[in-house]
Amino acid sequence: MLTLLFDGIAYGMLLFILAVGLSVTMGLMNFINLAHGAFAMLGGYLTVVAMQRYDWPFLACLPLAFGLSAGVGVLLERTLYRPMYGKPHLDQVLFSIGLAFMAVAVADYTMGSQQQIMQLPDWLRGRTEWFADTPWALGMGHYRLFIIAVCALLTLVLQHVLAATRFGSRLRASVDDARVARGLGIPVERVFAITFAVGSGLAGLGGALGAEVLGLDPTFPLKFMVYFLIVVAVGGTSSITGPLLAALLLGVADVAGKYFIPKLGAFIVYALMIALLIWRPQGLFARGRS
Amino acid sequence: MTPQKRLILKALMASTLLAWGTAQAEEAFKIGLILPMTGPFASTGKQIEAAARLYMAQNGATVAGKKVELIVKDDTSAPDVTKRIAQELVVNDKVQVLAGFGLTPLALATAPLATQSKTPMVVMAAATSSITQASPFVVRTSFTLPQAAVAIADWAPNNGIRKAVTLVSDYGPGIDAEKFFKDRFTFNGGQVVDSLRVPMRNPDFAPFLQKVRDLKPDAVYVFVPSGAGAALMKQFAERGMDKAGIRLIGTGDITDDDILNSMGDVAMGVVTSHHYSTSHASALNKKFVAAFEKANPGMRPNFMAVGGYDGMRVIYEAAKATKGAGGEPLLNAMKGQIFESPRGPMFIDAQTRDVVHNIYIRKVERVNGQLYNQEFATLTDVKDPGKAK
Repeated sequence: MLTLLFDGIAYGMLLFILAVGLSVTMGLMNFINLAHGAFAMLGGYLTVVAMQRYDWPFLACLPLAFGLSAGVGVLLERTLYRPMYGKPHLDQVLFSIGLAFMAVAVADYTMGSQQQIMQLPDWLRGRTEWFADTPWALGMGHYRLFIIAVCALLTLVLQHVLAATRFGSRLRASVDDARVARGLGIPVERVFAITFAVGSGLAGLGGALGAEVLGLDPTFPLKFMVYFLIVVAVGGTSSITGPLLAALLLGVADVAGKYFIPKLGAFIVYALMIALLIWRPQGLFARGRS
Repeated sequence: MTPQKRLILKALMASTLLAWGTAQAEEAFKIGLILPMTGPFASTGKQIEAAARLYMAQNGATVAGKKVELIVKDDTSAPDVTKRIAQELVVNDKVQVLAGFGLTPLALATAPLATQSKTPMVVMAAATSSITQASPFVVRTSFTLPQAAVAIADWAPNNGIRKAVTLVSDYGPGIDAEKFFKDRFTFNGGQVVDSLRVPMRNPDFAPFLQKVRDLKPDAVYVFVPSGAGAALMKQFAERGMDKAGIRLIGTGDITDDDILNSMGDVAMGVVTSHHYSTSHASALNKKFVAAFEKANPGMRPNFMAVGGYDGMRVIYEAAKATKGAGGEPLLNAMKGQIFESPRGPMFIDAQTRDVVHNIYIRKVERVNGQLYNQEFATLTDVKDPGKAK
């Protein structure tokens, strides 16, 4: 039983890292970026290429995936996204879904359409068993343990930056009222650019971590778009804790659902989402909006 | 020369060229090869095309005095596209034979067209049993999934596997694989404890594998598309299921030769049943593999390649018999062909137009630093069990 919970949490953590960038751009910057998964895919492919062609160690690949995805994020933010900020949501959706399709085609052309296979270092491959042969048996794959650790750490850092640093308060100010913030001398543009970059970078990191568990092929951005959107919709977009709890809930529900009712497996998540959204249309942890 | 005269001369020249061109075209024997060359199943298309070209390079580009023209088209594995391309090939290009067909729905979409136009249709990849029944013009040189599923279900109970769980992807071939394994395994005295179906768009196998682990069977029988097979085997090893005494068995799709090598040690010891392994020990196969790898560096021929290669052989020999004519005579010349393929002996059953060949039980082993499916048992002349009834 505990093994299931553990797998669910690992899966949820991964979803959280992948989706948190989307929640930031959507909630804080009021911009709908459906191409978010493309950054995750970029991170995944970077890791696979760096490990297979250039023999980089796995741990070195993670910062690389974060850094380069963030870099590409800044570049695109400067050139393509910025003119879209003021546009209606429909335009943003059409624009970013187009971008996602382009990313799919580029990945297909350059990397081929097959699933990428990653070889983890040995120290991440093992498994630890506790209380074996009891109803509370807990088996932990080391890689999943690693995912949980990395994601938990990132969550703490993000929460701290948003709530307790100068940058965090500037960001929140810029979001609440960009005009007044600008008047107060806050470089709103730069704040948004940095936020966007960090969001893309986190997606890249999530893609790198997730390639092993979720698989990696050119349809990745489209395949997981739904999951990202569910996390954001259920979690609400006004905080870090909302998406985190939503992602964990979804991860555990998905794993448990597939375990106990395999026939309905894939449907559980959607049922849960519908139920939650009927109960709290603004998301689980949203501040009441006026 | 006045401009008018020059114009007339030009027109004359052009028309002679044109007439000569069509005369040439009539002399050609055209094969329309429709394959998924892009999209998730591109590797199927690439393997088959490479093998078909290899066969042409080895056996000459003329048959019965006619030039063989191979027209390769990409259908992106969308059934409506396959059908449209087939129609264009039949109507505009006047091909004598259609070939390829990477997936079951693609073959089924085209079958009515083959019947209407009386064009033989050689299926080189798709493996669902019912395809040959969709049109009397379908001939298959790949394999059928029930052939492989039944073979492993015969092998397992004699090798200490009494209780099994099936784990298949939830789509046509997966359900075929589950059904035929279950029937034969139960018939042989085995017990299928549970049958799990994994949604096609499933990102994580963890919950399904955990379920298998808790059911404690002797083996888990798996059918998933080949790319997903690698992920599954990894998670199987990571979950320590081999140490818990559960064996992984399945049809050869999960240990596809094309990507087997990159799967690494997690694939070691997996037992599968299939009609072709790159390491099949025969002189003909060694020659085939060497030539294939020489023509396509870095690529290893898999069961798709051999289906394409044998498909070309069937077409060539039939065309020789009909002196390059198409239609029903060509179809009849394909029926009943018996020959040695790189996979071993095979023949095209004249009644069902389906392939009959040996199915081998193989185990993944490391040979010269590379992973191969090493064959260790043979079931001879396996007919498609899907048509036995």
